[in-house]
Amino acid sequence: MTNNNRFWQITAQLIAIFVAAILVTILGSNLNRNLQQLGIQFGFDFLKQQASFDIGETPIAYKATDTYIRALSVGLVNSLRVAITGIFFTTIVGITAGIARLSDNWLVRHLSLIYVEIFRNTPLLLQLLFWYFAVFLSFPKADNKMSLWGFISFSQNGIETPWVNFSPEFSALLLGLIFYTGAFIAEVVRGGIQSVPKGQWEAARSLGLKPGLVMRLVVFPQALRVIIPPLTSQYLNLTKNSSLAIAIGYPDVYFVASTTFNQTGRAVEVMLLLMLTYLTLSLTISIIMNLLNRTVQIKER
Amino acid sequence: MTNYQLTWLRKNLFNTWYNSLLTIVCLIFLFWALQGVITWVTTKAQWTVIQVNLRLFFVGRFPQTLYWRAWIVLAIATSLSSISCGVFFNKQQFTKLRLAIFALITSLLLSFLPLDLTSRIWLLFNAFLLLTGSWIGKTFNQVISPWLSLIWVLSFPIILWLIGGGFSLQYVSTNLWNGLLLTVLMALVSIILSFPIGVLLALGRTSKLPILRLFSILYIEIVRGLPLIGVLFLAQVMLPLFLPTDWRLDRVIRGIAGLVLFSAAYMAENVRGGLQSIPRGQIEAAKALGLKTYLVMLLIVLPQALRAVIPAIVGQFIGLFKDTSLLSLVGLVELTGIARSVLAQPQFLGRYAEVYLFIGLIYWIFCYSMSLVSQRLERQFK
Repeated sequence: MTNNNRFWQITAQLIAIFVAAILVTILGSNLNRNLQQLGIQFGFDFLKQQASFDIGETPIAYKATDTYIRALSVGLVNSLRVAITGIFFTTIVGITAGIARLSDNWLVRHLSLIYVEIFRNTPLLLQLLFWYFAVFLSFPKADNKMSLWGFISFSQNGIETPWVNFSPEFSALLLGLIFYTGAFIAEVVRGGIQSVPKGQWEAARSLGLKPGLVMRLVVFPQALRVIIPPLTSQYLNLTKNSSLAIAIGYPDVYFVASTTFNQTGRAVEVMLLLMLTYLTLSLTISIIMNLLNRTVQIKER
Repeated sequence: MTNYQLTWLRKNLFNTWYNSLLTIVCLIFLFWALQGVITWVTTKAQWTVIQVNLRLFFVGRFPQTLYWRAWIVLAIATSLSSISCGVFFNKQQFTKLRLAIFALITSLLLSFLPLDLTSRIWLLFNAFLLLTGSWIGKTFNQVISPWLSLIWVLSFPIILWLIGGGFSLQYVSTNLWNGLLLTVLMALVSIILSFPIGVLLALGRTSKLPILRLFSILYIEIVRGLPLIGVLFLAQVMLPLFLPTDWRLDRVIRGIAGLVLFSAAYMAENVRGGLQSIPRGQIEAAKALGLKTYLVMLLIVLPQALRAVIPAIVGQFIGLFKDTSLLSLVGLVELTGIARSVLAQPQFLGRYAEVYLFIGLIYWIFCYSMSLVSQRLERQFK
C-alpha cells in the first residue's frame, strides 16, 4: 500500500514536470517566433542606449541624453521616495484612525468609521485621480496660493513648506496612498487591540495606570504581535500600489519602464526588470518587518 | 432635552476633559467639512455631466435598441442575488421599518434619476423582484439551498448570451460592452475562474509532493510580489507574444486573464489559511474510516476550509471589484474608463470632481453592500 502510494506520488510529480516543460517549450517557441516577426532580439543592450525623454522629477541628476538605465534608476529613486514617506505617514494615519475607532467618544468613533468605510470601499485609482485632478489641479495658481498657518501652502505647484516642496503629482500620489492604506491599517490596528484580552486592561487600570499609559505600556505592545504580519502586507500593498503613479504622471519606476517599453518595444526585458525590482522591494520590506516581528513576539522560556 | 439624552451626551461625548475637547474639535471639523461640501454640491457643482451621460456610465455604448437584453440580465441578477440573500439570512425579518426604508429609497431613486419611462418601469420591476426574491428564498430555503449554486452556474451562460448575442440573437461586439456592465461582468468572471485555480494552488502549496509545492510557491510569490498594473500589462502585451501568432485574443478576455492570474495567487493564500485551520484529527479520522486521500480532501477538508474563509473570499471579491478600475489604464472602457471618455467631451472639460464623485459612489455602493454581506456571513457561521 505504501509502495503504491509512493509510486503515485512520484508519477504525479513527474507528470507535473513534464507538463510544465512542454508548456514552457511551447510558450517559449511562440515567444521566439513572435519576437522574430517583430524584428526584436532578446537582450539588455538597449539599456545603454540614449533614453531621449524627459522626466518631470529628478532627485538624482538626469538629462534626456542619458541612458535608459539612468532613467530607470531615477524612476526607482522616485518610487522609493513615495514608498518610504508613504509608509511613514500611513502608519501614523492608520494607528490614529484605528485607535479612534475604539475611542469612548461617540463622535470620534463614528468619524473614524466613516473615514474607514469611505476610503476602503472605493478604488485607489479613483482616489488618486480625484486627488490629482479634482483637488490639486483645482487649487489656485502659484502666485495666489492658499497658506495654512503661514508655513504650509497649497497651490497648483503642489505642497510647499519652508523645508521641502512636493510637486502636485507627488503630493496627490502620496495623499492617495496614505489615506487609502491608512483605512486598511486602521482596521488591522483595531483588530489587534481588540485581540488583547479585557483582563489586561482591567489589571492595568487596577494598578492605577492612566488610560493613555494602559494603552502605551500594556495593550499596544501585546496588540503589536497580532498587528505586524497584516501590517507588513499593507506596507507591501502600498509599495506595489505606488505603481498607479502612471495614471497621474508621477515618474516612478513603473512609469519610466512603461515609457521605455513604448520606445523600444522590449516587452520581455522590461517586464523582467520590473519583476526583479518589485520582488526586491517586497523582499526587503518583508525582511525588515520580520525582524521587527521577531522582537515583539512573546519569548517563551 | 430629557434626562436620558443628557446622560447619553455626558457619557459618550463629555465624560472627561480631553473627550470634551475632542468632541468640540470634531464638531468644528464636521461643521466646516459639511458646510464646504453642501455649498459645493448645491451651488458650484454642475451635475448636467452626470444627467446627460447616465446611460454611458451604466452600459456605455451598448446598442440602444438592445437595452431590453441588459434589463433582463439585471432582472436575473437581482432575483438570483435576492433569493440567495433570503436563503442565507432566513432569520432576518421584514419589519415595517425595513420595508418603509426600502420603499423610500426605491421611490426616491425612481423619481430623481433622470430616466425615461421604460427605464423607470424596469427599475420598479427590479425592486419588486428584490422583495419577492428574498421572500421566496426565506420561505423555501430548505428546498432551494441545495440547488442554489447550480442555478447560479446555469444562469451565467444565459447572461453572457444575452449580453454578447449569437445563437439567433443579434451579436454585440465586446467593444460595446462598457461602463458598469463591463466592470461587474469582468469582476464576476474573474472571481469565478480564479476560485478553482486558487484552490488548486493552495492544495499544491500544502501538498507533500515537493515539486508541486515548489511550482505553486513560485507562482504565488512571484505574482504577489508584482503590482497588479504589471500583471495586467503582462496579460495585455505579453500574452499575445506567448500565444501562436494567429490566435487573436479579445481585449476583454486579456483583461480578464490578467485579473484571474493575479487574483488566483491571493485566493490561494486565503484558501491555504482555511486549510491550515482544519484540525489534523479530522484528516486522521477520515483516513481511519478508510477514505482515500483525494476523498478526504474533497469531502472532509475542503468544505470546512472553504466555509472558514468565506469572509476572506468576499474580501477578495471586493478587492477585485475595485481593481477592475485599473483596466482603464490598459485601454478598457469599464466604469473608470467611461468616466475618462466622458471627461474628454469638450463641453464637460474640468468636471472631474462631479464625475469622480459619482462613479466613486457607484463603486462604494457595490463594495459596501458586499462588505455588509460578508460581516453578516461571518456572524452567521460563528
